[in-house]
Amino acid sequence: MPVNEPIIIADRLTKRFGDFTAVDNISFEVYPGEIFGFLGANGAGKTTAMKMLCGLSRPSAGKAVIVGHDAAADSEGVKRSIGYMSQRFTLYSSLTVGENLELFGSVYGMTAEEFARRRDLLCGELGLDGKLGAMAGSLPPGWRQKLAFAAATIHNPRVLFLDEPTGGVDPVGRRGFWELICKAASEGMTVFVTTHYLDEAEYCDRVSIMVDGKIEALDTPASLKSSLGVSTMDEVFRRVAASASRADN
Amino acid sequence: MGIFASLIKKEALHIVRDRRTMLLTLLMPLALLLLFGFAISTEVNNVRVVVAADRHSGVERGVIERLRANEYFTFEGLVAPTDVEAILRGGGADAALVMVEREGAVRTQLIVDASNPVMGRSAAAYLSEVAAGAADTPLITTTLYNPQMKSSYNFVPGIMGMIFILICAIMTSVSIVSEKENGTMNLLLVSPVKPGMVIFGKLVPYFILSCAILAVMLGVAYSLLDIPFSESAIWVVALSLLYIVLSLSVGLLVSTLVDTQVSALVVSAMLFMLPVVMLSGMIFPIENMPLPLQWISGIIPARWYIAAMRKLMIQQLDPGGIWLESVILFAMTAVVLGVAIAKSGLKRS
Amino acid sequence: MSDTAINVSGVSYSYGDIKALDKVSFAVRSGELFGLIGPDGAGKSTLYRILATLAGPMDGSASILGLDVVGESRRLRSIIGYMPEKFSLYPDMSVMENLRFFASLYGSDVDECYSLIEPVFRQLARFPDRMAGALSGGMKQKLALSCALAHRPSVLLLDEPTTGVDAVSRSEFWEVLRALRDGGMTILVSTSYMDEASMCDRVAMIDNGRVLAADTPEALVACMDGSLYEARSGDMYRLLAALRSTPGVADCYTFGASIHLAVTDDFDSEAAKRHLAAAGIPDADIVPAKATIEDLFIKLTSHAGQ
Repeated sequence: MPVNEPIIIADRLTKRFGDFTAVDNISFEVYPGEIFGFLGANGAGKTTAMKMLCGLSRPSAGKAVIVGHDAAADSEGVKRSIGYMSQRFTLYSSLTVGENLELFGSVYGMTAEEFARRRDLLCGELGLDGKLGAMAGSLPPGWRQKLAFAAATIHNPRVLFLDEPTGGVDPVGRRGFWELICKAASEGMTVFVTTHYLDEAEYCDRVSIMVDGKIEALDTPASLKSSLGVSTMDEVFRRVAASASRADN
Repeated sequence: MGIFASLIKKEALHIVRDRRTMLLTLLMPLALLLLFGFAISTEVNNVRVVVAADRHSGVERGVIERLRANEYFTFEGLVAPTDVEAILRGGGADAALVMVEREGAVRTQLIVDASNPVMGRSAAAYLSEVAAGAADTPLITTTLYNPQMKSSYNFVPGIMGMIFILICAIMTSVSIVSEKENGTMNLLLVSPVKPGMVIFGKLVPYFILSCAILAVMLGVAYSLLDIPFSESAIWVVALSLLYIVLSLSVGLLVSTLVDTQVSALVVSAMLFMLPVVMLSGMIFPIENMPLPLQWISGIIPARWYIAAMRKLMIQQLDPGGIWLESVILFAMTAVVLGVAIAKSGLKRS
Repeated sequence: MSDTAINVSGVSYSYGDIKALDKVSFAVRSGELFGLIGPDGAGKSTLYRILATLAGPMDGSASILGLDVVGESRRLRSIIGYMPEKFSLYPDMSVMENLRFFASLYGSDVDECYSLIEPVFRQLARFPDRMAGALSGGMKQKLALSCALAHRPSVLLLDEPTTGVDAVSRSEFWEVLRALRDGGMTILVSTSYMDEASMCDRVAMIDNGRVLAADTPEALVACMDGSLYEARSGDMYRLLAALRSTPGVADCYTFGASIHLAVTDDFDSEAAKRHLAAAGIPDADIVPAKATIEDLFIKLTSHAGQ
């Protein structure tokens, strides 16, 4: 992989709830501009791990460093340098598209010129320019998802966390969204993404698969497929996840 | 197990599992009653009085004797009339009785610190009574029903009127709306169970809970707060049960109007709590309100309930004395319940 | 037709100006596992609300086992089992309490239905006293399905039961549905995962409130035979860009590790390879591909968009 410094470091990251270990000593590194697929069965610990990486939850042991900030000690620093988007529509339905973007811009302390420049750039790319005055709640699902993407990247974050961003989206919209992801990555943004669509795992530079709180596989899609002698990521996932003993609970 | 029993059991589980809310609903009425009964008092107690006279006569001695004997007053001393203002300003006394002789007759002036108007008014009334003994023709005042003028007597009906509308309306509306919110109402409506039974199954457990609260409140009122116990208690219970049903219906009505638990809470609180506190006569006498507010207070169920409770618990009137309140409450219950059932039936399809 | 379990005929429904369903018609045969496939916002949940008697169609009619969803809703309710898209159980009641409660609504009890729900409920039976709110996503779904089955319904209506569920758990869930179907139950299941179409006996593809096509998955994709190719090369992004300007390519899009090409009749794969080589991609490999429901959906919806 690239010779430069990792931008996400998970170092023996562990989270315990009582005597249940949700995330069990996971370590990996993600490099700038990479699209990192974070796969796993339900209950494997993906969400818990992602929360620790975003500085929303304190690890029981180990540490996470995002863009040079320790996620536990300097969660503010982490939050400033990342963008986050989840499958659930998390914008304000009663605000317009423009007002939503403005809100997120001001949350990240952007100056007026900086914001306007970034907004115009994003809206041009996403085709949102004609819709700035539309109520976010009245947008069809595909457009809401584009708006959510714009809001998550308005402050031009170094790292973008996407939690099942394409759930329920139609096949054409899904592909359009991945083009956005690839474009953002080609411009240097690091993308950390979870998905249940295994064809989307093929578009990632590297993929990790979590099983029972541990990372059981981590490599490029091509290497994962060839090492298991299968032809699709779907088969890779089924082989790896089949070893799960934790009946998702 | 029958369908109805199973609905009741499910609702009971919700109530019992939400420990905090359940404790709050049982303890809040108790706390309010005890607070108003003992700690918070609008009675006139320990009014500090100075007496000022320009010359010694038998009259002022008589007044001082009476003040000393009266448990509501503390006699702070005999002062010169010229010092009175300074003493009142300095907070050394709450009231002063100034007796000056003019042309052979004793003229009495009463000066009261009215910065607390409730106390000022009561103190003035009491003191004029005491001072009246000094004049030639004494005025005899007798207070009926509540000879000690205990404020807790007055608050018990008010608190009961507020608690039931709050607990019944808020808890039923929130519990029905929460089923709408988390989708389980759909599953109930999709089942063959009749919508009426679903709603009845929601109301009955809250009715039982309200009865428990009623028992606690009446127990406290009749024992700790010394409200006289007589056969009128039967009517107190009967009318309270009617009022509980009315409050439950109001909650049901609110649940048909709103879609989220938060709005159910806000609507119940805004629509019922404020008017009940401000306009039902619980705190401010209805007779003193401007006419339009008096009309508004007429549509507030708590007003009629509180009025009836005062008559029954404090005046100890016969049931005949509350026929108007009873009829109005009964009519209100019928209307609200009817509208609520009709509306909740409409929402189904 | 006694063979028809669910009949939807010309059903329309709007929320204000937004048309959620636009003259939707299809029929599900008795004992069929029928899939309703389409993205979020296609109108699937509205259709379920109508079939579950929670909303009346604004136009058209629908019936289940001959019972009209509006006129005979009461009788209909006892023969259907409905599992809404959103987890709808009591979070403050335990697994067993939820199951018992929903069985009792239909005058049934858990012993009566246990043989039917056993395959679904088996894993949950290990912790009958756990609160439903404390279950994981997959377990909640299993409990919701158990509750929907608790009165042995003849027709099961499942609205997006596999949303947010991982691939392995989804496969298990479909195995359970096929077993129920084999037991004679009619099942209408909706999904936004196109790959799940292959698990159904027949499917209706739905988008923007309209049924695009309805048939067996094989018959549906057969219409694309010969018009779909698959391309690969070392540099997929350049390949995709170059293919967009290749003659005979009507549409091309990524499909997992390869690129799918929907082609016109005059497409020639050798000519296309030469075109790509000229564009600087000499290693492109283009072979005929087998179409999937996802390919068909892209074909049908991208036409509609133009």
